[in-house]
Amino acid sequence: MSLTGLFLISFLVIHLIGNLQLLIDDEGEKFNLYAEFMTTNPVIKTVSYLLYFSILLHAVQGWMIWRKNRAARGQGYAVKVTRGAKGNSPKVAKAMGWIGTVVFIFLLLHLYQFWFQMKLDVIEYVEYNGESVKDLYSLVSVTYEDITFVIIYVLSMAVIAFHLLHGFQSAFQTLGLNHKKYTPFIKTVGTLYAILIPLGFAIIPLYMYFLL
Amino acid sequence: MKLTLKIWRQGGKYKGEFVSYVLDKVSEHMSFLEMLDVLNEELVEKKETPVSFEHDCREGICGSCDMVINGQPHGPMRGTTTCQLHMRHYNDGDTIVIEPFRAKAFPVIRDLVVDRSSFDRIIQAGGFISVDTGQAQDANNTPIEKTTASEAFDAATCIGCGACVAACPNASAMLFTSAKVAHLSMMPQGKVEAKRRVQAMVKQMDEEGFGMCSNVTACEAECPKEISVENIAKMNREYISAVFGSETSV
Repeated sequence: MSLTGLFLISFLVIHLIGNLQLLIDDEGEKFNLYAEFMTTNPVIKTVSYLLYFSILLHAVQGWMIWRKNRAARGQGYAVKVTRGAKGNSPKVAKAMGWIGTVVFIFLLLHLYQFWFQMKLDVIEYVEYNGESVKDLYSLVSVTYEDITFVIIYVLSMAVIAFHLLHGFQSAFQTLGLNHKKYTPFIKTVGTLYAILIPLGFAIIPLYMYFLL
Repeated sequence: MKLTLKIWRQGGKYKGEFVSYVLDKVSEHMSFLEMLDVLNEELVEKKETPVSFEHDCREGICGSCDMVINGQPHGPMRGTTTCQLHMRHYNDGDTIVIEPFRAKAFPVIRDLVVDRSSFDRIIQAGGFISVDTGQAQDANNTPIEKTTASEAFDAATCIGCGACVAACPNASAMLFTSAKVAHLSMMPQGKVEAKRRVQAMVKQMDEEGFGMCSNVTACEAECPKEISVENIAKMNREYISAVFGSETSV
């Protein structure tokens, strides 16, 4: 869980940096060329297979752990109060399975809307300096003209924020990296990451809907 | 004060159900166990089977008095066992639900008493030092830094009550096992077998059917000795280095 989680965490940063090019006012030229590079470069392609595998492995591991943990309790309590240690909220940690399921469903929609359309080769082409590339930018901007998808996207980002809030520092704890000296730093970075990255993603469809 | 107790009864004529008892004239000076003693005296006088619950030292060091009180192992106070909980924390007319610790690896024997021999088997798997450490040493003969000694002692204060398992939504025994692993591996005598110990104890823990840690930290919150989840990270660190960084395998 921790290793795949950290890999997915690092992927999100790259994904966000790439996506922020959607905000550049150039009718999507930079973004489309970037998308072309990301889908044709052999190194990136190899990493992308690792990414698909990691997403599936992370989900399957999560499901297996959830099953094992439910079995470990056996008969449940009639009354149960779960408190966390000082400075920890147990609510998100306890709900990680459900939060993760919502994230997974969002991912399916997200992949269908963009990744699958790219793979199916059903989107239009656009030419830059004699080079013909897929016009992913137009697909994105058309998608986020629909307020329903904007709302789904922004809400999903909020859910992902909670997933990351627990996941980030939890990954370090699992790998044995909990220590008086650097845990406060990890927690601060984790909290900032969990807020800023989903916020960065959420800004894109909002910008496209309201300002373009 | 007058209290309504809803207590899990299992064994004998009880198939496993909550039974309500009304207890009058409970003094605020009583400990929680003394309150149960009073209930049991009343039950015995009425020729009913008393409620079975475990207790021994009644001073918070033996880890026997396991029960979940209104959803919290050892009750609402942090850093105390049930025997150290006093009735002054309750009000007249309160209803208190008392359940046994719930985990597949802690089967209920009777009423509030559970079988915690799974913890014993984890200790038997490696929670000891078998190398010859010689005769009793002179004090300070083995130099140990104060902070290390304190950290080891903090982990060693674990009384093995099992509240961590009862509190954990996953019924995981990571806090207990890690406290033992961390305590021994910080001492020079314990370091010798550290690589084998951590692997053997984790293996036994998994075989007993405890859940897996998802870093909820409920264990630390409910631990009567306030053992820190830092020990879990320490154990994970030890485990990773023992599995991948040593030739020792279990």
